[in-house]
Amino acid sequence: MSILDSKIPEGPLADKWTKHKNEINLVNPANKRLIDVIVVGTGLAGGSAAATLAELGYNVKSFCFQDSPRRAHSIAAQGGINAAKNYQGDGDSTYRLFYDTVKGGDYRSREANVYRLAEVSTNIIDQCVAQGVPFAREYGGLLDNRSFGGVLVSRTFYAKGQTGQQLLLGAYAAMNRQIGRGKIKMYTRHEMLDVVVVDGKARGIIARNLVTGEIERHSAHAVVIASGGYGNAFYLSTYAMGSNVTAAWKAHKRGAFFANPCYTQIHPTCIPVSGDHQSKLTLMSESLRNDGRIWVPKHKKDVEAIRNGSLKPTEIAEEDRDYYLERRYPAFGNLVPRDVASRAAKERCDAGYGVNQTGEAVYLDFSAAIERYGKEQAHVKGLDENDTALVQKLGKGVIENKYGNLFQMYEKIVDQNPYETPMMIYPAVHYTMGGLWVDYNLMTTVPGLYAIGEANFSDHGANRLGASALMQGLADGYFVLPYTIGDYLAHDIRTGPIPTDTKEFEEAEAKVRSDIDKLIANKGSKSVDYFHKKLGKIMWNKCGMARNEKDLKSAIKEIAELRDEFYKDVFVPGDQNEYNEELAKAGRVADFLELGELFAKDALEREESAGGHFREEYQTDSGEAMRRKEYQYVSAWEYKGQPSEAVEHKESLDYENIEVKERSYK
Amino acid sequence: MSGILKSSVGRKFAMALSAFFLMIFLVMHVSINFTSVFSEELFNNMSHFMGTNPLVQGLMQPILIFGVIFHFVMGFVLEYKNRQSREVSYAKNVPSGNSSWVSRNMLLSGVVILAFLALHFYDFWIHEMTVKYVEGDMSGLVDANNPESGFRYYEELREKFVSPVRVGIYAVSFVLLSLHLLHGFNSAFQSVGANNKYVKSLKGFSKVYAIGVPALFIFIALFHHFTH
Amino acid sequence: MMNLTLKIWRQKNANDKGKIVDYPVSGISPDMSFLEMLDVLNQELIEKGEEPVAFDHDCREGICGTCSLYINGRAHGPQTRITACQLHMRSFNDGDTIYIEPWRAKAFPVIKDLIVDRSSFDRIQQAGGFISVNTSGNTQDANAIPIEKEHADKSFDAATCIGCGACVASCKNSSAMLFVSAKVSQFALLPQGQVEATDRVLNMVKQMDAEGFGNCTNTGACEVECPKGISLENIARMNREYLAASLKG
Repeated sequence: MSILDSKIPEGPLADKWTKHKNEINLVNPANKRLIDVIVVGTGLAGGSAAATLAELGYNVKSFCFQDSPRRAHSIAAQGGINAAKNYQGDGDSTYRLFYDTVKGGDYRSREANVYRLAEVSTNIIDQCVAQGVPFAREYGGLLDNRSFGGVLVSRTFYAKGQTGQQLLLGAYAAMNRQIGRGKIKMYTRHEMLDVVVVDGKARGIIARNLVTGEIERHSAHAVVIASGGYGNAFYLSTYAMGSNVTAAWKAHKRGAFFANPCYTQIHPTCIPVSGDHQSKLTLMSESLRNDGRIWVPKHKKDVEAIRNGSLKPTEIAEEDRDYYLERRYPAFGNLVPRDVASRAAKERCDAGYGVNQTGEAVYLDFSAAIERYGKEQAHVKGLDENDTALVQKLGKGVIENKYGNLFQMYEKIVDQNPYETPMMIYPAVHYTMGGLWVDYNLMTTVPGLYAIGEANFSDHGANRLGASALMQGLADGYFVLPYTIGDYLAHDIRTGPIPTDTKEFEEAEAKVRSDIDKLIANKGSKSVDYFHKKLGKIMWNKCGMARNEKDLKSAIKEIAELRDEFYKDVFVPGDQNEYNEELAKAGRVADFLELGELFAKDALEREESAGGHFREEYQTDSGEAMRRKEYQYVSAWEYKGQPSEAVEHKESLDYENIEVKERSYK
Repeated sequence: MSGILKSSVGRKFAMALSAFFLMIFLVMHVSINFTSVFSEELFNNMSHFMGTNPLVQGLMQPILIFGVIFHFVMGFVLEYKNRQSREVSYAKNVPSGNSSWVSRNMLLSGVVILAFLALHFYDFWIHEMTVKYVEGDMSGLVDANNPESGFRYYEELREKFVSPVRVGIYAVSFVLLSLHLLHGFNSAFQSVGANNKYVKSLKGFSKVYAIGVPALFIFIALFHHFTH
Repeated sequence: MMNLTLKIWRQKNANDKGKIVDYPVSGISPDMSFLEMLDVLNQELIEKGEEPVAFDHDCREGICGTCSLYINGRAHGPQTRITACQLHMRSFNDGDTIYIEPWRAKAFPVIKDLIVDRSSFDRIQQAGGFISVNTSGNTQDANAIPIEKEHADKSFDAATCIGCGACVASCKNSSAMLFVSAKVSQFALLPQGQVEATDRVLNMVKQMDAEGFGNCTNTGACEVECPKGISLENIARMNREYLAASLKG
C-alpha cells in the first residue's frame, strides 16, 4: 500500500460522485462565516472557486500577480469547452466523454476523477449561460457546437476564437459580485512566495506586494493553489510571460507531492519561431484543423526551392504534397489528438521536409476548405459553381466567419495572408498535464492545501484533449472543490481566526526575505532572461517532443549546473522595496531551474511512451508511442531538499470501467 | 430621476435635449429670415407676429433664452470636468488619427458662436427690447405715429448688412456653427441613446442640416449686403 | 535592421514627477514585436547596470489586455485593431523617433514608468458588471431559453472588451463610456441580464463618475483605438438603458 491515498469513493463509477457528495461533512452556513480560505490565482479554476466559496459563505482572500483577476491566462484559450450535452444528438454521453478523455490521456489518468469531470461538464454550460456568457448560437437560437481533435462527436461549445476569454470574464463577474459584497478580499499585483504550514496543516501564505515590495503574511483555514501550469520552464511557449510555477513549487517544497512533471502538451498548431528575439509563441486554435489540411512537400527538391524562395507553396501540385496526417491516420486524419499531430510534424521536419528557413514548420492549408465551402454557398444561392473567382470569394467569406480573428492574428504576426497562401505552423509548449498530486477531494499531500485546474495533475493523464482544459478548470472551481473542501473545513469551525504572529509565519517570512535579499545582493553579470533562455533551450532540446535516456541524463546535469551558475552570476537591478519586475522574474526562474531538473528526472524514470511523453527507446515499428503496463501509475515526487534527491511515490491506476487498449487513431 | 443631472450620462442627455431645442429654433429662424430674400411683406408680417405675440414673447422667448444659457453653461461645466480627468497630458499626441477636428473642438466653435450671439443680441435683440418694452412702442412701424410708414423690420435687417466687416463676422460665425452642428447633430442623437438603423440613415440628413442651415444664413446676409 | 530613438516616460514611483528620457536602440529586426524591441532595450540597460523600463504585459497575443502603451501619440501605436503586443516593428522605419508614454488619466495613476493602476475598471465591474446567479448545479438547462442569434452575436461583440483602457487613454476627456457600455450592453442584449438591468446601469455609471473619468463627447476616438473594435452603438445603448432606468428608479 502506497502512502498515497486517493480517497476514491466506493461503489459503481457512475454513482461515486453523488454518493460522495451525500456522505461528506458539511459546514453550516453560520459557521462558514468563521472560516477563511485563501485562493491563489484567478484563472478559470481559481476565479470560479473563489466566487463559489464566497457564495457559500466562506471568507475568501484571492491573490493574483496580474493587475486584475481578469488577466489570468485562461483568457487566451481560443477553441472551446467540452460538455456531454449531446445537443447535436450524435451519440454523446457522459460515458463517451469520460472514455474519450481517458483514452486521449493515454490511460494515465484516474478513472473516478475523469468520470466526475464528464458528469459535471453539463452543469458548467448551464451555469455559464445563466451568467450571461455569450456562446455561439445557431439561427434557431440554440447553442452551437464544433468538433475537436481525438473525438468523433461535436461537443465543443465556443464563443468564436475567444472561448477562454468569455468563460473567464464570467468567473470574473461572479468574483466581482462577491468582491462587491465584501465576501472576497482581492489582492492584485501580489505574488505568493510560500505556504505556511502549522501543525502539519496549511494555514496561510507569505505574499509579496509587487507594487511596494512589502512582504505580507496572510492566514486562512485552508489554502487553494490555482496558479496554472509550468510550461514556461521551456522559455518559449504559448503561456503568458508571467505564468510561473512558483506557487506550486513552494507548495511542493512544503510537502505537497508533485505528480508526473514530465507530462507536457506540445500543441501542434502554433506560429513557428522567427528568430532569437522571440519572447513567446502564439497558438492558432486547434479548431483550425476542422477545415485546414496539414502537409509538407513530398520531394526534397521542392522543399529546397521553397526555402530559397524560388517556389511558392501554392505552386506545388496536389500529387506532390504529403498530407501526412491523412496518410498515417485515415480515420481521424487532421483531427488526431495533439500529441500525435505534434510528433508527426516533428517527424517530417526531422526528416528534412520543414518548409521555412529554420526547417521547423509545416503547412496548414485552407484552400480545399475554401473551395468546398465556396461551392456549397454557390449551390445554396443558386449561383454558378464553376465560376472560380466567385467560389473563392464565397469560400473565403465562410472561412472568415469561422476563423476571421485567428487569420487576422496570423497575418499581423507573420505578415502573410493566410487566405492566399497556406499558414506555417509548428508545435509549441502549451499545457502541462502534470502538477501537484491531489486526491479525489483535490487536496494535496499537505492537509488543508488544495490544488485545482492546471496546477494539479488529476484529469488529463499523459495528454489533454482540446477544449478540456476549460472544462476541468471550471469543474474544479465551480462544482468540485467548493463541496469537497467542506469535508475538511467541517473540523475547523471551532478553530477561530488563525494568528499570523506565530513562529511558523515568522520562519516562512524570514526565508522569503533572505531569498529575495540574496538575489538583490548577488550583483552578478548576467540577466535573469539569460538563464531562462538557456534553461528553455535545454528543456526543448532534451525534454521536448522526443526524449531519450542519454539526453535526459545530460539535461539533469546541465540544469543543475545552470542553477549553480544562476546563483553565482545572476544580476537583479533595483531593490526589494519597490516595483521590480526583474526581481519577480528572478524568483520565478529560480523555481523553474529546480522544477526543470525534476521534470527531466521524471521523464528519465518513466521508461515508456505515453501521450505527451515520448521516449525514443519505446516506440512501435511505425513510430507510435509504446505504453508499458508496468508504468501504469502516477509518479508523485516528494521534495527532499534538492530535486535530485526527490523520492518517487507511486499511485497505481486501475481501470475497471474501461478496457486499456492500444491507443489508435488509424 | 432627481439625481440624473448629477451623472455624466444625465448631463449629456440634458445637453442633447437643449441642442435639439436649439436646432429646431434655428430652422424656424432661418425660415423666417429667408422670406426676406423674396418678400419684404411676408418677412415684415412674420417678424411682427413673432415680436408681438404674447405666447411667443412671454413663453417661448424665455424658454429659448434658458435653452441657450443652459446649453453653454452646461457645455462649460462638462469641459471643465473633462479637463480635470487628465492631469498630465501626453508629450506626443496625435488625435487626428482617431477623431475629427470638429468633434474635439466643440468648445472652440461653441465659444465663437457665443461671441456671435452677444453681437447678435446687441444688434437686434437689445434694440427690439428697448423699442418694445422700454419705449413702449409695440406698433412695429418705422414711425409709430404714422401707420402708413410700414413695418420697420425689413429695413432694419438690410441696414445691418451694409457693413462688410459685420457680414464677414457673420459669415465666419456661421461657418463655425456649421462645424459645431456637423458633430453636434449626430452627437445629440448618440447622447439620447438613439443609434439604430433609422438614426444611422439620418447621417446624410445631418450633413445637409449642418451645412444647409448656416449656409442659408450666410446667403441671406450676402444677399442683403450686395443688393443694398 | 533598424536603428531607432526611443523617447520613454520614466517615473520611479507614483510620487515621482517623471520625465521623458531618450534611448537609442540599434539592430532591431522588423519581425520583432514592439514589446520584444523593448525587451532588447531592457537587456541592454540591465547589462549596463541600469534599471530596465517597467511596462505592463502578459499574454503577448492581444487578449489579456495588460499592455498599455501610448506609442507616438496613439493608444497601442499607429495600427488599429491591435494591442501594443501585437504591433510589429515593420510598422516603423529605420531612423524613426518613437514616443512611448503611459495611459494618461486621473483615474489611471502611474505606478512606475509605463505602468498605470487600472483598478478603477475593476471597481466599476464590481458595482454591477455581473448577473447574480449562484453556482448550484441545478441551474436551468442552457438551451431552455433560445436567444436570437443576432442578439447573441452582438452581446458577444460587446463582451470581447479586454479592459485594456485604450478607450480612456485616447479619449480627450478620459471617458470610460466605451468600457462601461460594453459590459452593460453584453447583459442588456441577453434575457438573463434583464432582471438586474436597472440597478446595473445606474450603479456602474455612478461608480464610473466617482472614479473621475470624464464625460463622453462622442468624438469616436475610443471606437477607432479599441483593439477589439467595440462599437459606439454600445454607448448609445447604455445611454438608453440609463435614461430608462433613471425614469424607473
